[in-house]
Amino acid sequence: MSLRQPLKNHHQEQRLFLTRVVIVAIGVVLLFGVLAVRMGLLQVVGHSHFATLSQNNRVRLEVLPPPRGLIYDRHGRLLAENRPAYQLEVIPEQVDDMDDTLERLSRIIPLSDVEIRRFRSLLERKRAFQSVPLKLNLDEDALADFAVNRHRFPGVDVHARVARHYPQGAVMAHVVGYVGRINERELAEVDADRYAGTTHIGKTGVERHYESVLHGEPGYQKVEVNAQGRVLRVLERHPPRPGRDLVLGIDVRLQRVAQEALSGHAGAVVAMDPHSGEVLAMVSLPGFDPNRFVHGISFSAYDALRTDRRQPLFNRALSGQYPPGSTLKPVIALAGLEHEVIRAGEVMHTHGYYTLPNHSRRYRDWKNHGAVDMDKAITQSSDVYFYDLGHELGIDRLSGFLARFGLGKRTGIDSTGERPGILPSREWKQATHDQPWYPGETLITAIGQGYMLTTPMQMASVAATLATRGERVQPRLLRRYADPDGGSAHPLHPVPLTEVELNDPGNWAPVLESMEHVVHQRNGTAHGAIGSDLGYRMAGKTGTSQVFSLADGEEYDAEELAFYLRDHALFIGFAPAKDPRIAVAVVVEHGGSGGAVAAPVARRVMDAYLLEEAS
Amino acid sequence: MYDAAAGEEGAAGRLLQRLLGLDLLLAAGLLLVLALGFVVLYSASGGNPDMLYRQGLRAALGLTVMLVLARFPHPHLCQGSPWIYFLVVLSLLAVMFFGQVSNGAQRWLDLGLFRFQPSELMKLAMPMMLAWYFAERPLPPRPRELAVAGVILAVPVVLIARQPDLGTALLVAGSGLVVIFLAGIRWRILMGLAAAGLAMVPLLWHFMHDYQRQRVLTLLNPESDPLGAGYHIIQSKIAIGSGGVYGKGWLNGTQSQLEFLPERSTDFIFAVFAEEFGLFGVLVLLALYLFIILRGLVIAVRAQDTYARLLAGSLSCTFFIYVFVNMGMVSGLLPVVGVPLPLVSYGGTSMVTLMAAFGMLMSIQSHRRLLAR
Repeated sequence: MSLRQPLKNHHQEQRLFLTRVVIVAIGVVLLFGVLAVRMGLLQVVGHSHFATLSQNNRVRLEVLPPPRGLIYDRHGRLLAENRPAYQLEVIPEQVDDMDDTLERLSRIIPLSDVEIRRFRSLLERKRAFQSVPLKLNLDEDALADFAVNRHRFPGVDVHARVARHYPQGAVMAHVVGYVGRINERELAEVDADRYAGTTHIGKTGVERHYESVLHGEPGYQKVEVNAQGRVLRVLERHPPRPGRDLVLGIDVRLQRVAQEALSGHAGAVVAMDPHSGEVLAMVSLPGFDPNRFVHGISFSAYDALRTDRRQPLFNRALSGQYPPGSTLKPVIALAGLEHEVIRAGEVMHTHGYYTLPNHSRRYRDWKNHGAVDMDKAITQSSDVYFYDLGHELGIDRLSGFLARFGLGKRTGIDSTGERPGILPSREWKQATHDQPWYPGETLITAIGQGYMLTTPMQMASVAATLATRGERVQPRLLRRYADPDGGSAHPLHPVPLTEVELNDPGNWAPVLESMEHVVHQRNGTAHGAIGSDLGYRMAGKTGTSQVFSLADGEEYDAEELAFYLRDHALFIGFAPAKDPRIAVAVVVEHGGSGGAVAAPVARRVMDAYLLEEAS
Repeated sequence: MYDAAAGEEGAAGRLLQRLLGLDLLLAAGLLLVLALGFVVLYSASGGNPDMLYRQGLRAALGLTVMLVLARFPHPHLCQGSPWIYFLVVLSLLAVMFFGQVSNGAQRWLDLGLFRFQPSELMKLAMPMMLAWYFAERPLPPRPRELAVAGVILAVPVVLIARQPDLGTALLVAGSGLVVIFLAGIRWRILMGLAAAGLAMVPLLWHFMHDYQRQRVLTLLNPESDPLGAGYHIIQSKIAIGSGGVYGKGWLNGTQSQLEFLPERSTDFIFAVFAEEFGLFGVLVLLALYLFIILRGLVIAVRAQDTYARLLAGSLSCTFFIYVFVNMGMVSGLLPVVGVPLPLVSYGGTSMVTLMAAFGMLMSIQSHRRLLAR
């Protein structure tokens, strides 16, 4: 007991408490009395009234689930539709011997143990007259086989239900995502009334992000039932309101071109309209067939997908984080010009490696470039030039400038699984590694290596920002809503992000020009692979990002390296250079050289968009 | 009153009580209600083995928690009260910022392995905190202390109501107000506050969510919402009324078995019970609940320190509020606020918190004797 409150009178307090408890107890008894009276009124006085109502209670509400909104590409090609799926159902009370029926049935239509187990557990919960699904998603052969033998199986019949179908299959898997059976966790997160009759819910991608829009509002019908609960007729019907149809900015044709261009490599391609932010293609390879998830994928098949070393379920375009490598150099050069650390024409003499003052470690270049100015440094991708630039800028200014391009943050695209990448900074390193920043780390950050990680989507966004000279918009998959009434046919407005405004807007030109040289000048790193016969002007930058680092003095020999330790090949670019309409980022995992492997992928996509668009 | 209760307990009972910290009377009441709950759930779920199994797991978990807490000396509980309270308030804030949105409401905190609902814990933390606060101060409380208690009460209630979870906010507020009442708030102040509260009703209406307003309107005119809560009330009144004095018999309630009655295994399970067991069954159930509540109040009166008294009193009253609000809403006396029938309704995290509360009550009862010797 504290000294300042010595006045506690225990005896008096106990009496006070007793009084209060007695009052509470009286209150409790009285209110229970109210309940008892209420029940008496309902059950004794009102009994005959309610008994009649109960007798005549032949009207039941049934929920009508809404049809899910469809998804189209920008040219109206279906990406997700609702198709009738045929399933085998059994009405228990019409079957004499269930075991025998199942046994004979399995000779015609193969039934797995899982299907039979699920059927038996459903059987226990349903009433004898209710149809119980036995096998979902019958194919045409099974349908035909059953039709011939149908007379032998009283009580067994085929019913059509609506199921989601993805006509483009694996091509759009990572864009559209897929729906699957609602699990308990998801059920707890949605409005139970809205999902009363719904069996499937968006799990990934657009299907998940726009779930609330795609789902629609359920309707209901009043049905008359007999005393056993069998439906006799429909009295009143309030139809459901279908979910809204979505039109994506994706072009299926472009998507296919990008996929073919990657020719079997694992990797990602993102193409977007730099002005609207509409994503024109978003490919992640390897892919998977989303249709397998709709009808409930088996554990073994899911496990095989999940543990596949090539990670087909992983959306590299949004979740894959790669060192951007040299593709970051145009932005670093801009930072140098902006902070007046370099000038475009200034020449630096390089010797194939760089050392920090008072340090012995040599930071190597991929070749000795000799005398280098900014244009040559970008065109031929000199590392030493950027080591020096990075050193002069310092990590704080470097990191601050890169942040203005949105690096280290999610782009906010309307899909699932996007990751933010890593934009290293002094504070970041202190927070995550509990270590100070070392000057050498600034050097490797300046060539897009080290801690730096970006997603292909972020790199496409960087390319778009360069293309628009600083205007930034949020990348977006949804182009517009397609309402059945024809309303709101206009594309949605772009979502503007903070613009990159330079102190001297004149600094854009030399950097963008150098990016054109990368493609069109004889010694540009992408010229050999794509520059000689282009039908338009393209600006780009190649990159090769190290998967693991070599010790000082070791030589890189692609032949000798295990495949999965080989460098990633990267490319970012936009075209036409003077009036950009498409910005592209390409990552080819373990592809080796960015110029030789990644740049041709970007070119094929741009060709398809710019040259074949009319056709 | 004291001696009568003590005399009923035999030698074996006293041994059990000493060893396990069990209060046999309370335990008997709880087990009877739980058993009755399973009987109703069997009927309401259509004999679904899955649901019965899960409910069994929850009951087992609840009983375990109860047994553990019954062994736990309540003076330690007292010392821990403010910490527990602040932790729960913090997790309520966490819910507000990082919680999972479900059903238009943000209640869950995802801890990776499992999700939990901090608002549920507040039903225990609130009476503990207020009992701790008043325990060391002279009673009846002075206005300044009442103001502090008011803040302790209001912060979590507002946080929970904003989630929005009106049912839980109501129960938490109730559990706190009971402590203040039992602490001996003067009638003059109480009346003044009540008057002020009434004056606030229009303001409250202004801040309610649309669906909450709808529920109040639905109560006044069930026909206005035939698909939602109105349909619930209409069907549940038919179920109760048609049960009559003796009921339609177990598994024979047409309202529930033919699926006219929505949410028949969760919030509206009382209607199934009333339909199948009639007024007779209802009165038995009411008597059982009343017995548990009064036993709780007896434990409160016999407790030897202020903390134990206030906590025991408040927990018993919260249990009462549960019962009253649920039965009131199912029978159409109160708006539908989503409060389950304690120990009977299927699911919900409430089973575990309720059993934890009874564990505390038993700890207060059994440790009283130990302290006395």
